[in-house]
Amino acid sequence: MEEQLLKIIEKNSRIDLKELSVILGVEEIDVVNKLAELEAKGTICGYHTLINWENTDLESISALIEVRVTPQSGQGFDNIAERIYKYPEVHAVYLISGGYDLLVSIEGKSLKEVAAFVSEKLSAIDSVLSTATHFVLKKYKDHGTVLSKRNSDKREVITP
Amino acid sequence: MRTPLADKVVEIKPSGIRKFFDIVSEMPDAISLGVGEPDFDTPWHIRNEGIRALEAGKTFYTSNSGLKELKIEVCNYIERKQGVRYNPANEVLVTVGGSEAIDMGLRAMINPGDEVLIPQPSYVSYEPCAVLAGATPVVINLKAENEFRLTAAELREAITDKTKVLILPFPNNPTGAIMEKKDLEEIAEVIIEKDIFVMSDEIYSELTYKDEHVSIIAIPGMRERTIMINGFSKAYAMTGWRLGYACGPADIIAQMTKIHQFAIMCAPTTSQYAAVEALKNGDDDVKEMKESYNQRRRFLMHSFKKMGLECFEPFGAFYVFPCIKEFGMTSDEFATKFLETEKVAAVPGTAFGDSGEGFLRISYAYSMDTLRTAMERLERFVTKLRNGEI
Repeated sequence: MEEQLLKIIEKNSRIDLKELSVILGVEEIDVVNKLAELEAKGTICGYHTLINWENTDLESISALIEVRVTPQSGQGFDNIAERIYKYPEVHAVYLISGGYDLLVSIEGKSLKEVAAFVSEKLSAIDSVLSTATHFVLKKYKDHGTVLSKRNSDKREVITP
Repeated sequence: MRTPLADKVVEIKPSGIRKFFDIVSEMPDAISLGVGEPDFDTPWHIRNEGIRALEAGKTFYTSNSGLKELKIEVCNYIERKQGVRYNPANEVLVTVGGSEAIDMGLRAMINPGDEVLIPQPSYVSYEPCAVLAGATPVVINLKAENEFRLTAAELREAITDKTKVLILPFPNNPTGAIMEKKDLEEIAEVIIEKDIFVMSDEIYSELTYKDEHVSIIAIPGMRERTIMINGFSKAYAMTGWRLGYACGPADIIAQMTKIHQFAIMCAPTTSQYAAVEALKNGDDDVKEMKESYNQRRRFLMHSFKKMGLECFEPFGAFYVFPCIKEFGMTSDEFATKFLETEKVAAVPGTAFGDSGEGFLRISYAYSMDTLRTAMERLERFVTKLRNGEI
């Protein structure tokens, strides 16, 4: 049940508990218990809404920043990552294999705001050697959901 | 001027599903639960193989019976699923959908006046294909109390000296019924005793929600008297690729291939390359789609229970077949009224044979959002009917 449950709520966290138990073919109380268990374990870390900000009148811009750092002895990358992810404008921080170390995803109101974050906050961290900022021009797909077009039923009328 | 038309063709009735769809297409805000095709797109890696075949210039005919590589994969797949081995060289024919295989199979086996047994409710093509092949169709009316399975007694009763072929349509469209191993063993005994042949249409074989599908070819003595039909449309959401296949004894496949070669030449080449990928690497896609169908199936069964609508639990395909007899209307009246009042289209059971009277086919090849709205409307509709408000 766990895998299916997670897959369903990952797509729709607002699904009715009763319906969730029906489509999984289990009792509602089992779903409630399982959710509580997964929340306590930290498997379920939150219930978020996927918003296509481009669809609003609000100004917003997002960027992906490649960061090269010097790892600190005994701490590896964890300490630096924490210093970066504590900034609220930072959406995600990943440790990456390959040509650079950390990938930082950031959301800002304007290009200026993002630029200020990189120059004043990120680059100011001692262990940060270099950064390369990539501004997102258009989001096609996010969190497994295609943002650019609405799904419509493409099936034509056919018999039999 | 005399008529240019063949009587045999003119006399065939048009499909009963059509009428409903014509009305639905005039109603922009209507919800349809009528479509009998997966709502998923073909998995991307399968589409990509089709694209790659085009890019590589694989745009020629394949051999008449199909791409060798595909026939080998088909045989491997059947062995993996049913433990039965076919020879890819002469026991497989790749066809333009399972539909073509039904037509070719009947034409290859029927002599004028032979009787073909057609259990109903079932897919609407069997009867016209049998008629066009020169057979006399004989309908076996399946019963709700048997969960629309075919019983040995029903089969025995329908067999005459003229009976040549039994069509076995399970997992079933429109009822969602399945035949389990013990059911198959019971009818196999009669089939062997009476020396008749079977055309087993297993197009929904991947969509079963109890145990894995068992084919009649896996029952001892049945492989040598069965044409087993399957395809890619339902399992891999590949309806538009038009690709199916038939497996059977070499002498029947040879005659089917002869008709196929003169009528069709070969199945579409691009689709055949994509199908190789489907059989090789498509198991996970099937599993995922099946899980999704199963969730919707549970949701519908629960909704019916909640509104007190009688429905046996179907374990196959993507249809449920609730009973609407309590309302004292024909299936056609119920479906028409439901469409008029609540703007939801479901197909009357009678479109699939007289024994579908009193039932409604509801397809769950639709998103949960659509099904949720449709069930709210159905509940409102049956409540109004019970209160005499309509």
